[in-house]
Amino acid sequence: MGMKLISAKEVTEKVLSDQSLFILDVRNEDAFSDWKIEGKHIEHLNVPYFDLIDGVDEIVDKLPKDSEILVVCAKQGSSEMVGEHLVEAGFKDVFVLEGGMKSWSEYLNPVKISDLKDGGSIYQFVRIGKGCLSYLIKSNGEAIVVDATRTVDAFIDFAKDRDVTIKHVLDTHLHADHISGGRLLQERTGATYYLPPKDAEEVQFDYEPLVEGNDLSVGDTKVTVEPLYSPGHTIGSTSLIVDDKYLLTGDILFVESIGRPDLAGKAGDWADDLRNTLYDKYKELSHDLIVLPAHFGNMSELDDQGRVHAKLGDLYEQNAGLNMEEKEFHRAVSENLPPQPNAYQEIRQTNMGKINPNEEDQREMEIGPNRCAIHG
Amino acid sequence: MNADKLLDAKGLACPMPIVKTKKAINELNTGEVLEIHATDKGAKSDLTAWAKSGGHELLQDTEEDGVLKFWVKKG
Repeated sequence: MGMKLISAKEVTEKVLSDQSLFILDVRNEDAFSDWKIEGKHIEHLNVPYFDLIDGVDEIVDKLPKDSEILVVCAKQGSSEMVGEHLVEAGFKDVFVLEGGMKSWSEYLNPVKISDLKDGGSIYQFVRIGKGCLSYLIKSNGEAIVVDATRTVDAFIDFAKDRDVTIKHVLDTHLHADHISGGRLLQERTGATYYLPPKDAEEVQFDYEPLVEGNDLSVGDTKVTVEPLYSPGHTIGSTSLIVDDKYLLTGDILFVESIGRPDLAGKAGDWADDLRNTLYDKYKELSHDLIVLPAHFGNMSELDDQGRVHAKLGDLYEQNAGLNMEEKEFHRAVSENLPPQPNAYQEIRQTNMGKINPNEEDQREMEIGPNRCAIHG
Repeated sequence: MNADKLLDAKGLACPMPIVKTKKAINELNTGEVLEIHATDKGAKSDLTAWAKSGGHELLQDTEEDGVLKFWVKKG
């Protein structure tokens, strides 16, 4: 059969369908241990491409003879070299990830969470390679996009296919792990861009304030989005209650972890805010709300349809970050935190409009996992 | 820094900078220094990892105007 290119979308389908998959990852060991394609039935072998320049003889015994092999590298070129060696060595089902881990990092998988009252619906855009979650809420021909990634074509095309106009774009906080698509969506669609003002003191562009009391609506039928000030990951972090049923928590509360307060260099100051938000403010909300976070950290947080969600009441029982004594909590959010996201300071500067890197540099800045939770 | 040989790998995408570096270093004697110029951003981490795994020593690396320069001593 020879060697075939396979897209990030097709790999996502394989990962989510629980097919077993053998991945030969030919990036260097540091890159591999930092970040890789994960899934329940994925088996990995990591051998850097520079050890395979002359052929694959040394690893033939470690590769499956009769099943598919997916070769993965940073951008595709090295995988093709290794893929050709594999075909020469007699392997038949050899796939190469198109665009490498860069494409994997960017791919968005849209999934429907649910219908809303009065005919609207809410969708989650799962950035499977980086663990970012964006949302699109639509009703009667209009849509709100929340925490958009910079690959805005995914949202624009999705809206176009459904005859929907993107009316509002908002970020729950100033992101440190990925470059927001908010401003670009505003430019491309004419939507209004909202940011929490306390996170936006240094931004270099115009925005509308996302504040409690200023509910947003979409469609004639009034699907409402209520901002709820919930500081802790950042000082401005604002959650959204959608249609009285969904709680978009941003980077404050995740399914298996909680947000970290240190990415703007103020862990000590914001730990108390985070505690108050998680242990007081959220607790007063209906425990029947469905939590929809802005990130996931493990593939185990995805359900069988590739969606990330949980009932608030269940998280108060099961999420370790919601079940700590005060001292333990302060330790957990300030000590032994995972490394910061790649280039997080430059990413924050970009999201404030202080620097304007080109697309290639933006891609490089976003390499690696999101690392916005206190558990790595 | 003085080098015994210069490899121009500017404009080449991964894996070519390392493929050419490997070939060039094979033509040197132990202890001699190869200077490499590259523009592929991935070259830095890959050259560092390659030198380490091959027993070579990365003496110095710099970046000027988008050109990455490396000096590798053959081990």
